Amino acid sequence: MLRYIILRLVLLIPVLLGVSLIVFVLLHLGNGDPALDYLRLSQIPPTDAALAEARHALGLDRPLPEQYLTWLWNAVHLDFGMSYITGRPVLDDILYYLPATLQLGGLALLATLVMSIPLGLAAARWKGRWPDQVVRFITFIGVSMPNFWLAFLLIALFSLWLGWLPPMGRGGPQHLLMPVLAIALMSMSINARLLRASLLDVREHRHVFYARARGLNEKRVWRDHILRNAWMPLVTATGMHIGELLGGALVIETIFAWPGVGRFAVSAVLNRDFPVMQCFTLLLTTLLVLCNLVVDICYAWLDPRTRFSGVMA
Amino acid sequence: MSTLAAVYTGKKNGARIGYALVALLLLMALFGPWLAPYDATLVSLDDRLLPASASHWLGTDHLGRDVLSRLIVGTQLSLGSVVLVLGLVLVLGVVIGGIAGIVGGKVDMFLMRLCDMFLTFPTLVLAFFLIALLGTGLTNVIIAIALSHWAWYARMVRGMVLAQRNRDYVLASRLAGASRLTRLRQHVMPNVVGQLLVLASMDIGHMMLHVSGLSFLGLGVSPPTPEWGVMINDAKEFIWTQPQLLLWPGLMIFISVMAFNLLGDALRDRLDPSVLAEIKE
Repeated sequence: MLRYIILRLVLLIPVLLGVSLIVFVLLHLGNGDPALDYLRLSQIPPTDAALAEARHALGLDRPLPEQYLTWLWNAVHLDFGMSYITGRPVLDDILYYLPATLQLGGLALLATLVMSIPLGLAAARWKGRWPDQVVRFITFIGVSMPNFWLAFLLIALFSLWLGWLPPMGRGGPQHLLMPVLAIALMSMSINARLLRASLLDVREHRHVFYARARGLNEKRVWRDHILRNAWMPLVTATGMHIGELLGGALVIETIFAWPGVGRFAVSAVLNRDFPVMQCFTLLLTTLLVLCNLVVDICYAWLDPRTRFSGVMA
Repeated sequence: MSTLAAVYTGKKNGARIGYALVALLLLMALFGPWLAPYDATLVSLDDRLLPASASHWLGTDHLGRDVLSRLIVGTQLSLGSVVLVLGLVLVLGVVIGGIAGIVGGKVDMFLMRLCDMFLTFPTLVLAFFLIALLGTGLTNVIIAIALSHWAWYARMVRGMVLAQRNRDYVLASRLAGASRLTRLRQHVMPNVVGQLLVLASMDIGHMMLHVSGLSFLGLGVSPPTPEWGVMINDAKEFIWTQPQLLLWPGLMIFISVMAFNLLGDALRDRLDPSVLAEIKE
């Protein structure tokens, strides 16, 4: 197991190098001139002399491979440069806002798992009966609902109409309920459907038939023989949802005035603040890669069969 | 809300409702400006924030523009942008995945590693980054979303090409002396494209959510133009006084996504199950 984890960590290095290379190449293929943007945002008139000086200061006059290596070297040392706008180190700004976003995203992930498992189980256990119908109805709505619209509907219902929950800001659990639900509903619906299908599939397997033949009670059959095998696809899907949940958090927090990195990123996009965007992209991608690694390790832990084949693939 | 009944009335009706809704949306997209009762961008400050009435069925917004007209005319951009995203993604997917599958070897290795890299990014974060590079605006949002979605399609196309290449009928045509190009054009590609369209139809709803999300954040269309995402963004300041302004455009996005999901499910059910199993490989 330890060997598996170390091997996977080593395999992360080429992935992250590739990601950084793509970010760097895209940054230089872009139609903008970073020096021009830098001058504009620093409110220096873009004369030829100023441009040349800015290019030199930003290292844009060096050959591209050298620029990449310098940039990578700095990034490895967590130096992502200064924001064109605030003039502060980019990483400090992002790390200031990021925890709030991670709190939302993490709770949404938890909510996804906590809600989808009982829903999927109920739907499969009572297939075709009312619990199944209810779950199918919820998940049918859930996969088509734009998360930002759901957020407004929740605000209208719980804040405007019923007056139960605060519409914005960060504080106690009452502030978390609506944004987390808005972010999680889609992934929750997909997971519940997936678990239902997977349970119905495993239910027909021979080992389940055999377990029943041995006279095990229904509860044990479901817990140890059906669920234990059926939730593996759920683990894989959860890994794929993490990116979506993170993206959802970025959009939803702008609605609830949640002090996360989403609004900061949107203003960076609008201002073309490249150092911020590049650090933001690299940081969140690295985060996602690490989350997926954790998911894979969980998978290997839950299902010993993948420990070896996964590494070989 | 009758569409929701589709869940209960079985697959066939769900498919019918999906087809009907998509047809209706297409009509609205094509003939929107003629169907709309008012000019969708006509500002009339005297008629600000009117409630629903016989002359304005859904009322007016904060600039006195007719909400119903804006919804109808907005269909064109909201739907059109998704169709463009889909088109771009399919072209990129077929070209890159096709080359990888057909040429094989080192080219295949390189292209698939490139796909892996693109698949590593969180979709929305990559889209943000690309919009920062390209600048805001609907065209750039379309390009950004297409560039953050293509890799998945390229991988699928490659998988399909590889699976098709060893099918009996392709081998038979090879025995019959058909050239490589003929085999590709006549036997491999038609099958790949058919399967791909079905898979894409299941993904349209998802893409629509991404496009409208970015548009809602104000990165897409600029305000006077009617588009559903931007209408919600426009209306969000009025949530306390005029919540219905947020309701309608969101409902349009919701219904469209639902329609595409129903359509996708219907098409998938008509697809040979063995094909789906093959793609998953």
